[in-house]
Amino acid sequence: MDGRERQPPSSAASGGHQPHPREPATWNGEVVAPTPAPGQRRLAAPSPRQELIGARGILVSRSGRTLLQDVDIEVAAGEIVTLIGPNGAGKTTLVRVLLGILAPNRGEVRRKPGLRVGYVPQRLEVDRTIPLTVARFVALGRRAATAEIEQALREVGAAALLERQVSELSGGELQRVVLARALVRSPELLVLDEPVRGVDYAGEAELYTLIGRLRSERGFGVLLVSHDLHIVMAQSDRVICLNHHVCCSGVPRSVAQHPEYARLFGPQASRAFALYQHHHDHSHDLAGAPQPSPSVPPGAQEFK
Amino acid sequence: MTEPFLMRALLGGMGLALVAAPLGCFVVWRRMAYFGEAVAQSGLIGIAVGLALAVNLTTSVLMVTLVVSGLLVLLGRQNLVPIDTLLGLVAHAALALGVITASLVQGPQLDLMTFLFGDIFAISRGDLRWIYIGGIIALAVEIWLWRPLLAICVHEDLAAAEGTRTETFKLLFVLLLALVVAIAIKIVGILLTVAFLIMPAAAARPLSETPEQMAVFAAIFGMLSVALGLFLSVSLDTPGGPSIVLMLAVFFIVAVVPSVVRHRR
Repeated sequence: MDGRERQPPSSAASGGHQPHPREPATWNGEVVAPTPAPGQRRLAAPSPRQELIGARGILVSRSGRTLLQDVDIEVAAGEIVTLIGPNGAGKTTLVRVLLGILAPNRGEVRRKPGLRVGYVPQRLEVDRTIPLTVARFVALGRRAATAEIEQALREVGAAALLERQVSELSGGELQRVVLARALVRSPELLVLDEPVRGVDYAGEAELYTLIGRLRSERGFGVLLVSHDLHIVMAQSDRVICLNHHVCCSGVPRSVAQHPEYARLFGPQASRAFALYQHHHDHSHDLAGAPQPSPSVPPGAQEFK
Repeated sequence: MTEPFLMRALLGGMGLALVAAPLGCFVVWRRMAYFGEAVAQSGLIGIAVGLALAVNLTTSVLMVTLVVSGLLVLLGRQNLVPIDTLLGLVAHAALALGVITASLVQGPQLDLMTFLFGDIFAISRGDLRWIYIGGIIALAVEIWLWRPLLAICVHEDLAAAEGTRTETFKLLFVLLLALVVAIAIKIVGILLTVAFLIMPAAAARPLSETPEQMAVFAAIFGMLSVALGLFLSVSLDTPGGPSIVLMLAVFFIVAVVPSVVRHRR
């Protein structure tokens, strides 16, 4: 398969985030909840979606507690799917199930044969007892030539870190290096679990810009886990709202207006989101309040 | 240094140091020193069984270390008793059972010291063959395991997501550890075997920039300690195994001092 082949959802997305739904025939801005089988909602797609990874009817329970129940999810080539939900909603558990790290109690995980996954886990700390340069860390993703490692680090703006010890990096630096390790694998699917945790707001916008740009260049699918809502949602093709089960899902704008979403994140969240979609002369602070445009984080413009 | 027994001690000890070095790095990184200790102490049961059945001691020790390793992996899956408590429990129970069995088998003239601290000068040609055949197998497996195990040590979930079969490699590592411990017991005894694994790796850490450097430095320190320890032992008539371990400790202290001093500034 040609990894750079553009699938319809991603082509639409790369054109920017238009306020209108991208597939009016089937999506029409409607939120579908609970999620039916993805194929049924995509009838009008001009070419078949190539599913990279998917799960159906996932049940995970540990020590008598149900962490995930009846969860369906799929990510197709070239699309950005954002998984949102409050803390403890089972987002990381679902990612671990999808990646084959955790076996579900029930349900089926499908995976394109030979799928190359790049993974950026939520909190990565490298034990200081392991001497490890950034170059060696990146090469653990794939046996790559030094030039390829340097190229991957350059792409994430971390070329200067090549010879540094991984245990001495700051949170933001480490995040970039882990992303470089994912990129050096030439992934077909990039999975990022709350990549902006511990990164400041400007760094967050920058990281999402970078991921969006890399997706456009390389055409990989992205599964992004997040518990914050503004910039992430604006560049997603689909948003899935999870709280042990799939509460609602759909294009970003429709999810933001869904009552389940408002119930989970508060009415403020929907309002803040709507503002973001319709007025592009400002950004939002962490509480969702609009800020005048000088504070628009660098690069955030690209996603409007 | 041309006495045959001394040459055999040197060859055996250095071979072991080479094999133990990369494995010791993993023991340090995965914090499995107590795991190694529990496995090593169970080796005494193997010695007793071997004496009772009159079979090759290294073989019987290897059987017991493999069984105990598997048992520890299974016991580690419960989470009501913390893992260090569990390992201490198994280590002490194994030592108690081993001493009782050995004294029942051998009677009052049992020389427990030989088993606890090893007798490097008693390495026979047959032992040397065991060390080298077992050692070459172990070294080959270590080289094969190096990359996936390193990825697992750095971040297990990340390694698994990238397609490393983490459970398989962790199990292979434990089996390999059992093999090397069984070989080492003959040379440095039950109580000092783990020192051979963790001390060279610990001494190598402050000087290393990459994991591969750490393994190479550990091998160099281990082999130098064998040579210097044996020299000390012959010169001052001190016990062989403990002299080597003492040298390893000296290497560690010398290597770690600069980073301690740096830290205080």
